[in-house]
Amino acid sequence: MSVLTVKNLTKKFGKFTALDGVNLEVNSGEIFGFIGPNGAGKSTTIRVLLGILKATEGDIKVFGKDAWADAVEIHKRVAYVPGDVNLWPNLTGGEVIDLFVKLRGSNNQSRREELIKKFDLDPTKKCRTYSKGNRQKVALIAAFSSDADLYILDEPTSGLDPLMENVFQECVMDVKKQGKSVLLSSHILSEVEKLCDKVGIIRQGKIIETGSLSELRHLTRTQILVDTKQPITGLSELKGIHEVIESEQGLSFQVDTEEMDEVMKYISQFSIIKIESAPPTLEDLFMRHYEGTETASDTGVGGGK
Amino acid sequence: MSLKNLVAKTGQLSRFILRLDRIRIPLWLVGISFFTLIVPPAFKELYASQQERDVMAETMQNPAMIAMVGPGDLANYTVGAMTAHQMLLMTAVVAGLMSILLVTRHTRADEEDGRIEMIRSLPAGRLSYLNATLIVSLITCIVLALINGVGLYGLGIESMDLEGSMLYGTALGATALFFAGVTAIFAQLTESSRGTIGYSLAVLLGAYLFRGITDVSNESLSWISPLGWVTKAEVYSANNWWPIVLMVGASFVLFVVANYLNAIRDLERGFMPSKPGRKYASRFLQSPMGLALRLQKTGLIAWAVGMYILGASYGSVFGDMEGFFQSNEMMAQLLQEAEGASLTEQFLPMLMVVITLLATVPPIMAINKLRGEEKKGRLDHLLGRAVSRVELMGGYLIISILNGFVMVSLAAIGLWSAAAAVMDDPLSFSTVYGAAMGYYPAILVMIGVASFIIGFVPKWTNFIWMYVLFSFFVLYLGGLFDFPEWVGKLTPYGFVPQAPIEEVTFMPLFLLSVLGVALIFAGLAGFRRRDLE
Ligand SMILES: Nc1ncnc2c1ncn2[C@@H]1O[C@H](COP(=O)(O)OP(=O)(O)OP(=O)(O)O)[C@@H](O)[C@H]1O
Ligand SMILES: [Mg+2]
Repeated sequence: MSVLTVKNLTKKFGKFTALDGVNLEVNSGEIFGFIGPNGAGKSTTIRVLLGILKATEGDIKVFGKDAWADAVEIHKRVAYVPGDVNLWPNLTGGEVIDLFVKLRGSNNQSRREELIKKFDLDPTKKCRTYSKGNRQKVALIAAFSSDADLYILDEPTSGLDPLMENVFQECVMDVKKQGKSVLLSSHILSEVEKLCDKVGIIRQGKIIETGSLSELRHLTRTQILVDTKQPITGLSELKGIHEVIESEQGLSFQVDTEEMDEVMKYISQFSIIKIESAPPTLEDLFMRHYEGTETASDTGVGGGK
Repeated sequence: MSLKNLVAKTGQLSRFILRLDRIRIPLWLVGISFFTLIVPPAFKELYASQQERDVMAETMQNPAMIAMVGPGDLANYTVGAMTAHQMLLMTAVVAGLMSILLVTRHTRADEEDGRIEMIRSLPAGRLSYLNATLIVSLITCIVLALINGVGLYGLGIESMDLEGSMLYGTALGATALFFAGVTAIFAQLTESSRGTIGYSLAVLLGAYLFRGITDVSNESLSWISPLGWVTKAEVYSANNWWPIVLMVGASFVLFVVANYLNAIRDLERGFMPSKPGRKYASRFLQSPMGLALRLQKTGLIAWAVGMYILGASYGSVFGDMEGFFQSNEMMAQLLQEAEGASLTEQFLPMLMVVITLLATVPPIMAINKLRGEEKKGRLDHLLGRAVSRVELMGGYLIISILNGFVMVSLAAIGLWSAAAAVMDDPLSFSTVYGAAMGYYPAILVMIGVASFIIGFVPKWTNFIWMYVLFSFFVLYLGGLFDFPEWVGKLTPYGFVPQAPIEEVTFMPLFLLSVLGVALIFAGLAGFRRRDLE
């Protein structure tokens, strides 16, 4: 069952098109990773989902309800953590957590205490004096101590230390176990790789790839380092071979995942002594999709000229 | 979306805002009420007989005073009428100021800092936070009206009946409510809290000046200014309720418009177009001081224009004043011509107090901007590079010091030029400019105090505004009552000789300047040594 569906979402700021026909779907019990370069439109999408921004065009449904018109109803079941957490400077962290939890309606006191301990936050300090990471913890604790069905997290860990990053990942796994859904936008690819069932990649306001990690891996290349008795010839003529470099250890190259079988058959003719392969990472995929974006993003996304 | 959903959780958010402002709002209420309530008993002491009050009424009966405090019931100048005439309008302006600051804080300021985004992600309605703010304003206004109304009546002064007292309080509350509405609208239109405050203040001062000019020249035109409605209530004489009812009604219209504008716009955007800027920094921008100046450019220009208009507005009254003295023999006798100063010139000091206190606001804003930047954590960008703290604060100080000079000059030039245009026997430029410049050292002291606070007790930065308001009341009231001399000396302005009536002596001005400079350097030293936030 889908918790969240976005169909053909377009958002314009004046003449500037920030989102251009975005389609997304998050199913219940799913952790969806939302990645893309700076300024691609992740936060804008999330703000539209939250009914904070009004879509110029498109059909946005959360729990089957309209994200703009039924925002209040929807938000009773949604917890949101922004990347840049701004709080009231003269309230304490504890006060802010209570305010947020109370405004949502649900109240889980024991969970709150547990999370405060887990995240190692001093809730008696004024928000003015919190570090970036500590402000983020306040928002995370408020989010995870409410009984939401959908967690929308926009770069929630950009200020957390590795230890806290682990605590965060545990929290996400916990809510997943309870069958809740998570939309996680992040630049930390290892985090996305570890947590997410599905990934959507957005660039210049358009979704360019979406699918499960294993599906996406098909689109990636594997790095191979191979040493053979006879020198390999004619490798570059094969389909799906990239960046061939000869070194003392042997020949290194990248191969498209779908051509793997053919390539393996071909090189085995040359008597393999040693072969090493690095699994395709999200990072490779990411890099490949991001390449050559600089020139385009210089003038802005989508271009409304 | 149903209406109920648009404003879901408004009640809870109102309580939350009340809690956030649990000190701020009472401080404003107590401050405003205090100055309202100490005046009538003092008037009763000072002007015990009707005869004495009639003399006072006579000195009020001239265009300069009407421009400043509005028309009053001078024919029947009871203690009540006197209080309403001399205090109500000024206090209403302060009440308006209170609303502007309180409303901006919870509308555009919270939005620009990203706090509204957090609220909007919760099951609170799209319009809830705005309406919670407006409800808190409404409560504040009602309490303001009640404290002042009941308080004035409670003073037990004969001419201050219950109806008049309640009307007085309600007029204050209604003005505050009206400017809450004005601010709520500018919070939708502009994209920054500085813009919201700036435009709202412009409306407040514009309303005051417009009323001043039209009260002198054409009273029915002053209906256009909402502050004109305050004086048209004729508190403690005719007791007209309907201008105040009109004001409350208008406030609610403003509230509705603000709600509408909020509903149709995107979060963190406004309606005033923000043009794309330059691609490269101009040479001018490439220094800490250039940056400081660039950040304040719009505000500076607006204030400069405003100060000139303020001066010119007051100046434009001088023509009427001249004619008035020529036709009013008794007045001419009453006010003995002081040595070396004409009758019209005698009104200069009183106007100068208002002008120079207002001219103190922009330089203080200029230096406080440093603290504002610090709070937003933006100073780190500069101090992390090859910029010293002295250079940084020095830049702001120089801007502030020059700013004060420019503001006073512009107001004086405005006054002189407008007066020259309308008078048969114009004031000399040196008289006007000299009278204004006499106050410059006092402004320096205020800048010094502000920089001292920033240097040593930065948390108290806004305290300087209290001191400015305090100075205003002391000087303003000091002109009306015979305050003991030391009270006036609690503010630097009290040391300034009132040119052209009093002789300008070198010593007090010199000492004020020295004090100002010393405070400025102390502030610099403090800023160099303390922790940045
Ligand atoms: N209020 C606004 N007015 C005009 N343009 C905007 C506004 N908000 C966002 N944009 C533009 O929309 C685009 C998408 O921005 P968004 O914040 O969604 O990016 P993002 O993917 O979250 O980037 P990041 O990874 O840096 O957080 C950007 O080009 C941004 O400049
Ligand atoms: Mg973002």
